[in-house]
Amino acid sequence: MKCMTATMALTAALLASTGLARAEGELNIYNWGNYTSPEMIKKFEDEYKVKVTITDYDSNDTALAKVRQGGSGFDMVVPSQNYIPIWISEGLFLETNPSQMENFKNVAKEWVDPEFDRGRKYTVPWAMGTVGTVVNTDVYKGDINTWAIIFDTPDELKGKVNVVPEMNDVMDAAVLYNGGTKCTGDLTILKKVRDTLIKAKPDWVAMEYGTVEKMGSGDFSASSDWNGSAFRQRLKNPAIKYGYPKEGFVGWSDNLAVLKDAKNVENAKLFQNFMMDPENAGMNSGFHRYANGIAGSDEFMPADMKGAPEIDIPAEFAGNAVPSMTCPPEVQELYTKIWTELQK
Amino acid sequence: MTQPAGPIDAEQSRDIRKRWLLSLPALLIILVAASGPLLIVLLYSFLTPGPYGDVAWRFSLEGWIGVVLEKDIFDDTLSLADAHVSIFLRSAGLSLMTTVLTLLVGFPTAYFIATRPERSRELWLFLITIPFWTNLLIRTFAILEIIRNEGLINTLLIDLGLIGRPMQMLFTDGAILVGMVYVYLPLMVLPLYASMEKLDFRLVEAGYDLYATPFRVLRRIIIPLVKPGIVAGSILVFIPALGAYVTPSILGGGKNLMLGNLIELQFGQGRNWPLGSALSITLMLIVMVALLFYVRNAGSQGARHG
Repeated sequence: MKCMTATMALTAALLASTGLARAEGELNIYNWGNYTSPEMIKKFEDEYKVKVTITDYDSNDTALAKVRQGGSGFDMVVPSQNYIPIWISEGLFLETNPSQMENFKNVAKEWVDPEFDRGRKYTVPWAMGTVGTVVNTDVYKGDINTWAIIFDTPDELKGKVNVVPEMNDVMDAAVLYNGGTKCTGDLTILKKVRDTLIKAKPDWVAMEYGTVEKMGSGDFSASSDWNGSAFRQRLKNPAIKYGYPKEGFVGWSDNLAVLKDAKNVENAKLFQNFMMDPENAGMNSGFHRYANGIAGSDEFMPADMKGAPEIDIPAEFAGNAVPSMTCPPEVQELYTKIWTELQK
Repeated sequence: MTQPAGPIDAEQSRDIRKRWLLSLPALLIILVAASGPLLIVLLYSFLTPGPYGDVAWRFSLEGWIGVVLEKDIFDDTLSLADAHVSIFLRSAGLSLMTTVLTLLVGFPTAYFIATRPERSRELWLFLITIPFWTNLLIRTFAILEIIRNEGLINTLLIDLGLIGRPMQMLFTDGAILVGMVYVYLPLMVLPLYASMEKLDFRLVEAGYDLYATPFRVLRRIIIPLVKPGIVAGSILVFIPALGAYVTPSILGGGKNLMLGNLIELQFGQGRNWPLGSALSITLMLIVMVALLFYVRNAGSQGARHG
């Protein structure tokens, strides 16, 4: 009996303590891996007494598939701009009207009214960057500003090239490499795209996301990659350089939105507003190493990011940038088929 | 005649009814939790893929056709899905090799443990189970650290001057094989030990007394007697190896797909849930056929040996 009362007391104590922890609120963020500054999250937790949980995903498709099923338990998600119209049309976002929020005044001019979310009804800028190549220049000395690194791999790099398996990025690169325009439905171009990809694949060593670690450790000598990732690799090994392919490269942005079935809506809105504060956005950039679309955040970024060739596109390459956008469904279907064929 | 039988029958049937009632919760759980999801998978395999994953509720055989045939993207001609066939063959081949290698390593290990004094056997068995304490993912990453280009083996060989440049071990079929042998070895050792423990070593001695060579004793006495353990171990290794997902995706680099990865792809970037469902069911059918083959083969062999 004594034992039982002790157990009950213990249970009660446990319940009370968890109850206390919950009373202050929670926030569940579903985001790309290695993309959220722990320091910034700590700041948000301390400021608003909210317990933040972050869960990783590795591709836009994974995130979309999981959340579409409902009951995911997440409050916020950070999809890329070319997927945002899908999320909106599928009714997955909650209309939080960030443009009415206090900190919206800090959003940089070019991101105030983007095509993918007119009037910023749903999303807040998280990060923006480009898709290019990374090459360990100790291994390969030639021109790195070309998709030929991936699709016509030079001998020095054969069997050492990785491709980040984000379908739309790879398809866009292959289309641009074959002289097509983004989202082209031209079958002659797409046939060339398929042949290019199938022919190139034997020269690749892997199709993985974990490039920061594996480029740094020498498991890969080149890869298709995002610029912020390239920046972090250069910090690990100065010989790793980021290339802006002359055939054209895609500029993208990822944006923070609140899910319609979110349980912690008020905390999520607080976090959207929090992310538009230059100090917080700058702190986050210091971690993921991308630009963030919040004016005045530069002064809160680490000094090494100022004028970094991965962040500020050099003037000679700027003309080759192509904005990321949603392709029409029939084109997307063709892309998916080519991609599946490549994956086999 | 019927009168005395009556109450006994009634008692028996009551007893049987009670047993059924008592096992009903377990049966229900099995039915709902095991068959339910499988039925959904079966249903999905006959539907049309939705635009961004998921399924559209229209009947279609495309998923099943896609398992064996593929339609050319550009001219719509059908041909054998040789990509699927090669992934099936790679999976089956790697799983078979995993089974053989775990058997080769596991057999002497189990024999060693079974021949220890009874008190120390517990300790050896305990040592075999230690890897289970750590998550599969972590054990796989540990192997990655050993075989990667700047990993333990390559660094050691380069420092010793045996090789000039790192050998490419990671992201190969060999890497997947090493990983799977490591992961599945305990599953082979434990059933092997269970049947070796029951082995009557007087028979082994009798064999030697009759001037049999060690190899002959192994082949004619030990192996036939521990055959149930060999069969059970092989089944326990082969089946999960066939559907392995974590090991090939980490050590294979996402390029050398196995069946598990091919199925996962259909539910993610492939956006073709019906094909993924059809592939899953095909995998199950293959496992079932392999199991029947194993069991029947083992059964007839056992019968012959009396």
